[in-house]
Amino acid sequence: MDEPVLIVRTGTANLASVEAALRRIGAATRLTQDPRDVERGGPLVLPGVGAFGAAMETLARCGLVEPLRRRVERGLPTLAICLGLQLLFESSEESPGVAGLGAAPGVVRRFNAAPRVPQLGWNRVEPGADFSAAPAGYAYYANSFRVAEPPAGWRTATSDYGGRFVGAMERGGVLACQFHPELSGPWGLTLMRSWLARSAAVAREGVAPC
Amino acid sequence: MLTTRVIPCLDVRDGRVVKGVRFQNLRDSGDPVERAAAYEADGADEIVMLDVSATPEGRRTAAETVRRLRGALSIPLTVGGGVSSVEDASRLLDAGADKVAVNTAAVRRPGLISELAGTFGAQCVVLAIDAGAGPGGSFPVFVRSGGEGTSLDARDWALRGQELGAGEVLLTSMRADGTQRGYDLELLRAVAGAVGVPVIASGGASTAADMVSAVSAGADAVLAASILHDGLTTVRALKAELSRAGVRVRMEAGAC
Repeated sequence: MDEPVLIVRTGTANLASVEAALRRIGAATRLTQDPRDVERGGPLVLPGVGAFGAAMETLARCGLVEPLRRRVERGLPTLAICLGLQLLFESSEESPGVAGLGAAPGVVRRFNAAPRVPQLGWNRVEPGADFSAAPAGYAYYANSFRVAEPPAGWRTATSDYGGRFVGAMERGGVLACQFHPELSGPWGLTLMRSWLARSAAVAREGVAPC
Repeated sequence: MLTTRVIPCLDVRDGRVVKGVRFQNLRDSGDPVERAAAYEADGADEIVMLDVSATPEGRRTAAETVRRLRGALSIPLTVGGGVSSVEDASRLLDAGADKVAVNTAAVRRPGLISELAGTFGAQCVVLAIDAGAGPGGSFPVFVRSGGEGTSLDARDWALRGQELGAGEVLLTSMRADGTQRGYDLELLRAVAGAVGVPVIASGGASTAADMVSAVSAGADAVLAASILHDGLTTVRALKAELSRAGVRVRMEAGAC
């Protein structure tokens, strides 16, 4: 890959594993908090560990809220991970009163019927109709909150933890994962590789239709 | 459905894997990165690395070992040993750990748990508890690698840790550790029955049957060291047996 994959610094999130995984699939990486980077069309990762409110505050302070929302709406190649997926929605129970990016309809809620919270470990991901980013497989999750209802306009894969929830969702060049592909072994690396390959195609041929 | 994790544990001192019996008589068990990579290839769901170095020089080596492990692994890595501040945790996370485990320092200063959870999120904070066997079925908590007793009870301390923001409990039975006589199921029942966060059973694993018992006693994950380091069994063989016994495990490593 000539163009480095940009990784948005969302706060105190640990980025070493994301960087290591991207290196393993042959991509160079660069960290950024610059809105101009986010507005460009190259591949970008929106990671996230920590609280919804704190991450949105960081994005707002860096002037990244609108650029990120536009980018997702345009379908530019974006890989959102864990909290990164949750930030795409309207709001989260984790941080009442804080608006998310609002690029996907719905509200993030805490697991309410799960045996233990947080969900820590490997869960089966089942692709829904037309979901193309990965076949069924096991992915590593580390989350207390999730989106229960697949959002309209997105193709989704789901997992079950006290009820089904959105494990991953895709539209255009955007792939958002509630799990951590960078920690999901060969299955996760394959998913990241295919996202990156698709990103290159999106860059060559223009934005994919939604 | 979430699967039960099988987690090899590397006790690392001065850059080498060591393992003892009941926290004593440490033996060299090889290079941590080679070990961990082989365990991942064999189907390990996560790696725990506990730094048991006693010196500042050893601690610096530990961060370097974490960096090397991260470069080799694409599964989660939990690191503990000597973490007593947000800065310590930050250094390990920056080096490539995904979760940090706290033990002695959290007993001394429980606020450390909330500081870590507030900074990195609960899913990043593992409360490691070394529990002994006391009179009347009590489980006294020990610190400093089992070298010092406390007035805490493992069940109460786990609950308190959860309140403070720990997202997981790594529960080691000192009575069972390294003995290969099975996990301490009473300890597991007491703690796993009390808390709402995941519990990793540690200490005493010998066979897949021990792991099945641990899961029945409430464990969400099972940790093993000696039996794997000594080549008495493999992660793959353990998971195959767990699966046959009806425990859900991730069984696709090597198939992709």
